[in-house]
Amino acid sequence: MYDNDKIRTLRIKKEDWDKKINKTCERFPERKKAFKTDSNIPVERIYTPVETDGLSYEEHLGFPGDYPYTRGVQPNMYRGRLWTMRQYAGFGSAAETNERFKYLLDQGQTGLSVAFDLPTQIGYDSDHSLARGEIGKVGVAIDSLEDIEALFDGIPLDKVSTSMTINSPAAVILAMYIAMAEKQGVTPAQLNGTIQNDILKEYVARGTYIFPPKPSMRLITDIFAYCAENVPNWNTISISGYHIREAGSTAVQEIAFTLADGIAYVDAAIKVGLDVDDFAPRLSFFFNAHLNFFEEVAKFRAARRIWAKIMKERFGAKNPKSLMLRFHTQTAGCTLTAQQPDTNIMRVAYQALSAVLGGTQSLHTNSRDEALALPSQPSVLIALRTQQLIGYEIGVTDTVDPLGGSYFIEALTDKIEEDVMTYINKIDDMGGAVKAIEEGFMQREIHHSAYTYQLEIETGERVVIGVNKFITDTEMPKDLLKVNPAVANQQVDKLKKLQETRDHRLVAETLRNLRSVALSSENIMPSIIEAVKAYATLGEICGILREVFGEYQQQVIL
Amino acid sequence: MSDKRIRVLIGKAGLDGHDRGAKVIAQALRDAGMEVIYTGLRQTPEQVVETAIQEDVQVVGLSSLSGAHMQLFPPVVQLLREQGASDVMVIGGGVIPVEDIPYLKEEGIAEIFTPGTTTADIVKYIKERV
Repeated sequence: MYDNDKIRTLRIKKEDWDKKINKTCERFPERKKAFKTDSNIPVERIYTPVETDGLSYEEHLGFPGDYPYTRGVQPNMYRGRLWTMRQYAGFGSAAETNERFKYLLDQGQTGLSVAFDLPTQIGYDSDHSLARGEIGKVGVAIDSLEDIEALFDGIPLDKVSTSMTINSPAAVILAMYIAMAEKQGVTPAQLNGTIQNDILKEYVARGTYIFPPKPSMRLITDIFAYCAENVPNWNTISISGYHIREAGSTAVQEIAFTLADGIAYVDAAIKVGLDVDDFAPRLSFFFNAHLNFFEEVAKFRAARRIWAKIMKERFGAKNPKSLMLRFHTQTAGCTLTAQQPDTNIMRVAYQALSAVLGGTQSLHTNSRDEALALPSQPSVLIALRTQQLIGYEIGVTDTVDPLGGSYFIEALTDKIEEDVMTYINKIDDMGGAVKAIEEGFMQREIHHSAYTYQLEIETGERVVIGVNKFITDTEMPKDLLKVNPAVANQQVDKLKKLQETRDHRLVAETLRNLRSVALSSENIMPSIIEAVKAYATLGEICGILREVFGEYQQQVIL
Repeated sequence: MSDKRIRVLIGKAGLDGHDRGAKVIAQALRDAGMEVIYTGLRQTPEQVVETAIQEDVQVVGLSSLSGAHMQLFPPVVQLLREQGASDVMVIGGGVIPVEDIPYLKEEGIAEIFTPGTTTADIVKYIKERV
C-alpha cells in the first residue's frame, strides 16, 4: 500500500533496527527462541508496511459488503444489527429443553440452537439397544414429530430463527420442523434457520455419520434443491470447521478442510444439475474461536476472501450472495479446563472477542463448566452476558473491521490464505475432499496436530493455566447439571404409546413410498415430510434409508 | 515385569464421536513402547470385551465424553469377569464428573483420568501396574 521507493528505504531501516535489537537480545534473550501462531506461522518482532508490501487495498481488502469481503459481508456490519446470540442448548426431554429455550429468550438471546442427543443424531429411536446410556445426554431426545411439537411449544417459528445441529438425519428433522410450523400456521417460506447437514466433517472429526458418502451427498443436494424452491430463507447447510478444530487441527487446517468440503458440496450440487446461484446463497459456515487471538481474527477474514474467490473464479457464481461466506462461531470447547473452571470465563471472552473482530454472523459462547458436564443455568447466563458485554459495552462494534489495516493482521490474513490454498490445491490433486477423507488424509493431518499440541502442553512449551502453570488446589464446582435419569424410560414409554395410537396404515404407506423414492432419483424431501406427518419415527425413517443406502464403515486411522 | 510388550486396547464406548483424546492416548502409549489397538467409534461393551479377549490385552482404556460412562464402563468389567478375564485392568477417561468416580471404582474400574491428565501420567500408571 506504499510506493516502491518508500518500501525499499523502510526495509533497510527495519533490517538495521532488527540488527540492533538482536544485539541486545544476545545479552537479554527474549522469552522464546521463536514465536509462532497455532498454525506454526512465524510471528515477527514487529510488522510494518514492509510485510504488507504487495497488498492492494482494493483488490485484497475492499469495502465491507464488497468483493472479496475481507472486511465483512455487510456494508455496515454491527452498526446495523449485532450478531445473533445463539446458545447451543438441549438435554433430557423436549419439555425440559423447551423450558431452557424460553429462559434463554427471556434473557435476551436472539436465536435458538438445538443440541440433539446421540441416538437422534445417529438415527436411532430411544428404544434401540445402542441408545443405552445416551438418551437425553448430550442433547434433547427426539423420536417423532410429537417430540418436536413439545420442543417448540409456545415458540412462534415465524419470529425466531433456529439452528439445528443435525447431520445424517438432517432431512428428517427439517421435515419435522416444517410439519410443526404448519401446525402453527407458519408456511415454509416464513421459516428462518439452519441445519448443519455437513456429513463430510462427520467422517473426519465428529462421528455421527450413518450412510456412505454417495447417498449422503444425494440427501444433501436434495435438501438444497427442495429448500431453494420451498424454504428460501433456510440455511441448508452449515459447513463446519468447528469440529475439525476441536479434533485438534490448526487454524489453517480448519479453514482448508472446511472450504475443501464446501467445494465438494458445490461440485455435487452442480453435478446434479442445480444452478450455482440458486443454492449457493444459502450455504453457511461454522468456525471455532480458539486462543491465539490475532490468528483467529485473521483466519475469519482470510476464510471470507478465499471463499469469495473460489465461488467467483472456480464456480462462476454471479449473485453476490453466492460469494459471501456467512458464518456462525462457537468458542473452543477443547480449550476449557476442568481445573480452576472460572478461568474459562476469561478464555471464552477473548475467544468471543476474536469472533466479533472477525465479523461473525452469530455466536455461541461456552460455559465455564463444560470440561466437567453440560452447562448449568448460572454458567450459561455468564456465557450469554459475555457476548452481550462485547456487543453493548466496550465499543468494538461501532466501526467495521477495526483491526483491518493492522500490518500484523493483514500480513497474517495473507499468509493464512496462502497456506490454506496450498492444502486446497493438494486436496484437489487427490481428487477432492471425499477422496481425501476416504484416504484418511484429513484425519491423519488433524491427529498429527492434536498430538503435537498435547506434547507441547506436557513439555510446558504451551501454557495452560491451572494445568501446567499456576496450579492451585481448587474445589470442583458442585452444582453441575445432571440429566434426569428418568428421561430414558419416559422417552421409551412415550414412543411406545405413540406407536400404539397412530394410524398404522398411514405410517406403513408413507414408509413404503419413502423406500421407493429412496431407490429412485426423485427428490426425497416430500416423501420424508409425509412420513413424519404420519408420525413415523426418526428411527423408522432412518431404518428404511439404512436398508436402501447401506451404512458407512469407519476406517480406523491412527 | 516381563520383557514382553504391554498390550492395550483403547475403546470408544457408546455413540460418542469425540476421539481426539482416545487417539492421542493411543499414540502416546505406542510411543512409550506399548502395543496399542484402537477400536474406532461406536463400540458396545460386548464388542470392546470381545476385542480385548481376541487381542489378549492386559489393559482396556475406555473413553466417553457423552455422559454415558455410568452405563457403559461397568459392563465392560462385568463381561470381562464373566469371560474369565478379570485380570485385565480397565481404566477410563473423558468428561467425567468427580462425583461419579467412586461408583465407577466400586464397579471395578481401576482408575479414571479426567481432563488435564498428561499422557506421561497414564503411561506411568500402566507401567507400574502391569
